[in-house]
Amino acid sequence: MASITLEGLKKTYAGDVQAVKGVDLAIKDGEFVVLVGPSGCGKSTLLRMVAGLETISDGTLKIGDRVVNDLEPAERDIAMVFQNYALYPHMTVYNNLAYGLKNRGFKKPEIEERVRHAARMLEIEEFLTRKPRQLSGGQRQRVAMGRALVREPAAFLFDEPLSNLDAKLRVQMRVEIKQLQRRLKTTSLYVTHDQLEAMTLGDRLVVLNAGQIEQVGTPMEIYARPASMFVASFIGSPAMNMVPVEYLATRSTESLLDDLPAGTDVVGIRPDDMHLTPPSTPHLVVESTLALFEAAGAESHLYVRLSESDQPTVIRVSGQPPVREGETLRLYVAREALHPFDSASGKRTGG
Amino acid sequence: MQTKRSTYRHRWLPYLLLAPQLAITLVFFIWPASQAVKSSFERTDAFGFKTTFVGLSNYARVLADPGYLNALGRTAIFAVSVTVLSMGVALLLAVCVNRVIKSARFYTTLLVWPYAVAPVVAGVLWWFLFNPTIGLLPHLLDWFGINWNHRVSGTQAMILITIAAAWKQISYNFLFFLAGLQSVPHSLIEAAAIDGATPFKRFWTIVFPLLSPTTFFLMIININYVMFDTFGVIDATTAGGPGTATMTLVYKVYTDGVAGLNIGSSSAQSVILMGIVILLTFIQFRYVERRVNY
Repeated sequence: MASITLEGLKKTYAGDVQAVKGVDLAIKDGEFVVLVGPSGCGKSTLLRMVAGLETISDGTLKIGDRVVNDLEPAERDIAMVFQNYALYPHMTVYNNLAYGLKNRGFKKPEIEERVRHAARMLEIEEFLTRKPRQLSGGQRQRVAMGRALVREPAAFLFDEPLSNLDAKLRVQMRVEIKQLQRRLKTTSLYVTHDQLEAMTLGDRLVVLNAGQIEQVGTPMEIYARPASMFVASFIGSPAMNMVPVEYLATRSTESLLDDLPAGTDVVGIRPDDMHLTPPSTPHLVVESTLALFEAAGAESHLYVRLSESDQPTVIRVSGQPPVREGETLRLYVAREALHPFDSASGKRTGG
Repeated sequence: MQTKRSTYRHRWLPYLLLAPQLAITLVFFIWPASQAVKSSFERTDAFGFKTTFVGLSNYARVLADPGYLNALGRTAIFAVSVTVLSMGVALLLAVCVNRVIKSARFYTTLLVWPYAVAPVVAGVLWWFLFNPTIGLLPHLLDWFGINWNHRVSGTQAMILITIAAAWKQISYNFLFFLAGLQSVPHSLIEAAAIDGATPFKRFWTIVFPLLSPTTFFLMIININYVMFDTFGVIDATTAGGPGTATMTLVYKVYTDGVAGLNIGSSSAQSVILMGIVILLTFIQFRYVERRVNY
């Protein structure tokens, strides 16, 4: 158990390509932190730097109180779960779990006990004598987790561990990872590009973009107050709608736009913050033609056009409202549901 | 399973396209091999006037000949030494090249060159290098107090043909090992590094077991190579001498048949040689393959 501290961590590749441009982050002991961002944002590189699989170009990395910049992966007391599981194909599940313990000179009875314990916890006891190729995707995933937890490391590192599973199994494993982490209270750093996975798993999220941190916070903080347009459109599905203030001003029947913070030229509106009935709080009313209606069971998605761009605006409503494509809708948006942004800097305005 | 099917407009076109390959196999393999099998049951008189069917007596005589049994043992030692030496060196080189990123292609090109050298030329090359009178290596070995003369010492002659034969095969083995190493997923090695395995241990517990299909395949190829294709190397370096110290099975087939004109015995020997190789390949596929991982 330990904290992980990143101070000005940088990764520069040959030819002056900066993959990670100075990241500061303090992960508390026992905390579950999720690094989330689009592909190529440097999240995997950052995780691999913590693991010791990539060298650190600049900055300081501490696990606990130790500076581990120049330590081998094995000496950092971490365990990693790889995207493709990286199970040793020629070893049985038992030996896959025992390999790290054997290398560290554990005695046979102790290895046996730890492997059995981990196998019981992950419900893979019956597979201990099998080879990885005889297991299903979900079972392999469990073995990969087992290999990480038998060593009882100071921290778990997860590199998109669920991306090779089908949708149903992914949800199930997500819950299991969360429960396991809660039970073991081991500091965890988890990389994913799936915002839903990030939201549900993390105690705190770190949203990365182009090698830099965009925002750090609890999932609900980030959802409720995205610090930039990037975060706003990345977290939440369907993505937050971005509507130019100018356009909104011409369409809205009431002017509540005047008290937006200075510098605001775009407002973000979450799809579920646009309603077909007026709320009791101060609100905007916007009129627009329904371009497309999508019924998705418990909810429906309505597509309207609120700007000249090609990006349609999405509205999410529960159930199936009695609307027809082509008809003009009156949309109500509560004042506090408007997220003000400055499109030039991409940042949230008004602090 | 889907099979690829091609349709030809004329019924005979596929056969016509196959014909060159079939003709070559027929003329240069099937025909001589069947001739060998046929003449292994026959005896020809000294002037070649009369050929009589003698049943298995050629085989009986060959197998009772101490000279032949010696050659058999010698060939076994030769085969094992060449295979171990050429595969060992090739694996070492492949591991080294696999570690360098920038100049890997350059080294690969250099290391593949020996494969383009004809066996006889390779033999001549090593013959020069180890020549007791004018060679460079005996001169150097002399400093260490080793008196090199493979014309006198049978052991030294064996070492010479082993090195010469192995040298040629290293290129081939190297290419396969390099390809094998590159197909080992990098994440496995990283996982092993996190699991606390030293680079040495990573190699022997992860990489080498994963290479076993390649190793197994190369073992068969190398033994077949030693059995059949080392004639040129031996002929150019020691010609089976001194005495019969480097007389392997394939060289004995040549000596008895072409030089000694004992066609019956020579044919019987080559049929036995063919049998040995078929048997070895069978044994390897049947038993060794079971222990090969994935």
